Amino acid sequence: MEITNSSRNLSVSLSGVTLQNPVVPASGCFGFGYGMAEFYDIDILGSISFKGTTRDSRFGNPLPRVAECSSGLINSVGLQNPGIDTVIAEELPKMREVFHQPIIANISGFSIDEYVECCEKIDKEKQVAIIELNVSCPNVHGGGMSFGTCCNSVAEVVKEVKKVITKPLYVKLTPNVTDIVSIGKSAVEAGADGLCLINTLLGMRIDIKTRRPVIANRMGGFSGPAVFPVAVRMVNQVAHSCGVPVIGCGGVSTAADVIEMMMAGATAVEVGAANLVNPYACKEIVENLPKEMERLGIDSLSEIIGIV
Amino acid sequence: MEIKGNYTIISNRRLTHKTWVMTLGGDTSAITAPGQFVNIAIPGKYLRRPISICDYSHERGEVVLLYDVIGEGTKAMSEMKQGDNVDMLNGLGNGFSLDSGAESPLLLGGGIGCAPLLNLARALKRLGKNPIAILGYNKAADSFGMDKWFEEIGVEAHIATVDGSVGTKGFVTDVIREKNINGDYFHACGPMPMLKALCNGLDIPGEVSIESRMGCGFGACMCCSVETRDGSKRICKDGPIFRKEELIWK
Repeated sequence: MEITNSSRNLSVSLSGVTLQNPVVPASGCFGFGYGMAEFYDIDILGSISFKGTTRDSRFGNPLPRVAECSSGLINSVGLQNPGIDTVIAEELPKMREVFHQPIIANISGFSIDEYVECCEKIDKEKQVAIIELNVSCPNVHGGGMSFGTCCNSVAEVVKEVKKVITKPLYVKLTPNVTDIVSIGKSAVEAGADGLCLINTLLGMRIDIKTRRPVIANRMGGFSGPAVFPVAVRMVNQVAHSCGVPVIGCGGVSTAADVIEMMMAGATAVEVGAANLVNPYACKEIVENLPKEMERLGIDSLSEIIGIV
Repeated sequence: MEIKGNYTIISNRRLTHKTWVMTLGGDTSAITAPGQFVNIAIPGKYLRRPISICDYSHERGEVVLLYDVIGEGTKAMSEMKQGDNVDMLNGLGNGFSLDSGAESPLLLGGGIGCAPLLNLARALKRLGKNPIAILGYNKAADSFGMDKWFEEIGVEAHIATVDGSVGTKGFVTDVIREKNINGDYFHACGPMPMLKALCNGLDIPGEVSIESRMGCGFGACMCCSVETRDGSKRICKDGPIFRKEELIWK
């Protein structure tokens, strides 16, 4: 078994950045990695998209921030993070101790100036290989949402950020739009090197006993296996029409899901909610990928990207 | 460190109109302190359910969970059967401190919050301390003789009920006052209004275990953050037990 596994090629390339495999924990579901390193050697991962970072520290939204759904969950954390300077000074050094693969820096903002300032700072960090621009977080009133739902504002923020960075820029798209392809095209025309999709779907649960929303902030981002078919569809549409590499994200829980997402058009695949119900989810996916490839007669993962 | 394991339900039975007790067999090595919790996978539910560890034995490889059936998740948990296999994260959270130096710590429980105090009592007894348990309930029907569980391990236990139907009428603080109980530290677990009253009302040092809806239970998702005097903390990972001076009551 070991011989057949090692002969299979799991590596993929995102805008010149080589990942040893396509499995990447999604932002917000893995912190800065070092907490998860208590459970397993996280160096087996392709990359990590770290916790969404803003210019200033944020406590986030009131509790409860999470609600159960059929095959998924709604979260409304509200971009809790210590702010870009503390991330660079304290979180990245801790991350570097246990993780030696390329890092994807997930950056959020409430104004173009904020995006530009954060991206300029994080771009200088050696281990950061890709900057992932979150223009789609649905949790913050008047925040990222407005950028990601409008072609012009996506283009504007991409254009300004591209002026100050040297690393590849990936824009993480929200699915809460009428036409995700047109938003993706606008990002690419403005200079985005790649796209990541999908972020969470805006959702809501109501406690019918108390007649109140379960989430303190009323609504939040719906994710988990339930959204996987939506993600596959959108990745497929975007990958075949925008002409840049796509990181597929949304409900991925197994090695088979990774392969399906890659066949839809993803070059790498982010795993989010699955980490929260199984801290070993990404480890199991990485371990199962060669077996799944063998079963399906796939020698190299890069050959299946977008074959559907 | 392996925190995820497969467990077998040894028993799962009803104690009162709402409280159940589940005993599971399996690897307990992740449990390092009383007051930690498990995050148990429940058939048909996506998120696990965090339940505090009432008692455990490394020797027997057993974990005891007391839980109230309050929603769909705990209802499904009550329908799980003896012999069923259970996927569970074990030994989560920081646990109660055993190094307070107190000789007569008070163990103050409110409702299902009494659960983690049993194993704490056991640990404190092993250290030669003289803990005193005071268990508060709304009414007699909510209690199930847990005071006897404490007495069986040689720990003095009292009951308070809000309606006075068993034990002292009132709250756990009324027991302390009426029976002139002198503790030099308190460990508490129960509803937030009770914990707030204890932190603000008792002039001895202490710590409280707080609960929250959780996403992961191991510190990854930030769904259960709380603002403390030492900055933002995760209830699941940095807690669930916090010193009374850490917490900010609004």
